[in-house]
Amino acid sequence: MNEVSKRLFLSVALIVSTAMPLMAQEAHVGNLTGHAANGKKLYRRFCIGCHGPLGDGNGENAPWIDPKPRDFTAATFKCRSTPTGTLPTDQDLYNSVGRGFYNSNMPHWDALTDQNRIDLVAFIKTFSPRWTTEKPGDPITIPPEPAVTMQSITHGAELFQKMECWKCHGQQGRGDGPSAPTLTDSKDQPIRPYNFAAGGDDSRFKCGVTNQDVYRIFMTGLDGTPMPSFADVIQPNDAWDLVHFLRTLQTTRHSKENEVLKAAGGKIPVKAPDAGSDNKGSGGGQ
Amino acid sequence: MRTKQLFLVAIALMVSPALLFGAGTISGKVTYTGTPAKQKTIDMSKEPTCAKQHTTPVTTETVVTGPNNVLENVVVYISAGAPDESSAPAQAVTFTQKGCQYIPHVLAMRTGQELKVVNDDQTSHNIHPLAKVNREWNKSQPPGTPPLSEKFDKEEFIPVKCNVHPWMHGYFAVLKTSHYSISGDNGGFSLPNLPPGKYTVTAWQEDYGTQTQDVTITGNETKTVDFAFKAKPY
Repeated sequence: MNEVSKRLFLSVALIVSTAMPLMAQEAHVGNLTGHAANGKKLYRRFCIGCHGPLGDGNGENAPWIDPKPRDFTAATFKCRSTPTGTLPTDQDLYNSVGRGFYNSNMPHWDALTDQNRIDLVAFIKTFSPRWTTEKPGDPITIPPEPAVTMQSITHGAELFQKMECWKCHGQQGRGDGPSAPTLTDSKDQPIRPYNFAAGGDDSRFKCGVTNQDVYRIFMTGLDGTPMPSFADVIQPNDAWDLVHFLRTLQTTRHSKENEVLKAAGGKIPVKAPDAGSDNKGSGGGQ
Repeated sequence: MRTKQLFLVAIALMVSPALLFGAGTISGKVTYTGTPAKQKTIDMSKEPTCAKQHTTPVTTETVVTGPNNVLENVVVYISAGAPDESSAPAQAVTFTQKGCQYIPHVLAMRTGQELKVVNDDQTSHNIHPLAKVNREWNKSQPPGTPPLSEKFDKEEFIPVKCNVHPWMHGYFAVLKTSHYSISGDNGGFSLPNLPPGKYTVTAWQEDYGTQTQDVTITGNETKTVDFAFKAKPY
């Protein structure tokens, strides 16, 4: 074989071998079907600058942004409807691409059409072999939200103490708890816990804006970050109480929870004698 | 007479195939050369419920040494040559959080074996195995909650941490083989019940990496295999 035909052969072999997994990968949301081959072109145009040609988050922009872009080769995702340690659904990824990530450089891609988005989801899945060997987890069941009452909020406040959320999030949820300064994500990058008190009416969570999104965040955990899943230790109804309490930490945001709290006098009654909501977290140990 | 002897031998062989096939042992010591870096003292003042449990200063456990230059917590296992074992033992292994430390610091288990994680402290911990081959997960475990039951399907040395208490570090050694041994405070390890064959023995230390040696077992003998790691000064 001479040099030219040898090179030609190798190029063809390379293209075919990299295209093979791509051709297989699809994504489905509603009646949309995405194809990786189409997503590849879109990725090259919109995503490669941050997420990198290998999909590992090492794009040329990556050194200058914080938090770092998602590493698709690890197949670990923050915003999921599925339990910790499991793959997200296509819907989860589709939502993430569209919504973007609050407090990060991932924009909400409303420049993309729905078909674009689903094609990209299909392509992103080609970066890790996990998608061919594992199925996404079963989305968690979120029971209907009960009424917002002072009782619910008070119980939520008790859970906030019992689950020791304040250790990272701080007693007022400002992201200033005793463990906050040393938090690192799974790639050893420093990371800050969510600050509930910032943002007012515009405040959003990493994975959404609704009460359901809050519920999902602590019941599935944000994989790849210090935020664990509480699904094994909080009952679904208790979880809603915690959601209602967390909304009251967003002190400058208009919400049903803040209205109810205000109507009841603005203070949440505390059970334990030395665990008032104004205390700085003094290491717990009641 | 001869028949009786043969008969007894046959009974013995049926009862204990090891007698026919041989059951050798590979054992030895793990030591270090040079001077290991000093372990850092841990400041637990941010967690008084744990700090008060320790009367002597607590240090990190990246390199744990013993008298006569031995290394503890080194996982020694058969990495090649052992027959494939299908199912994991039914008994679970336990990983305990006590005094804001992991006990044991390095826990070995089989792929698919049940792991129980226990929180023996008055504070919440989160268990965050930073797996790369297995799935990475992260679960909260407040005090007074029941043990978590987990398992890992693939062979991997997984660092484990608690995000709430940044000094807490441990390892899960998830192994395909049941022929493993973790060196104790005398640096010794033992891998018994090995049929005759050619084996590769691997020793893993979390900071110093791995070393391998090839060993052949022919019958019931005990072969001594020692590992010496070069200590890192920092």
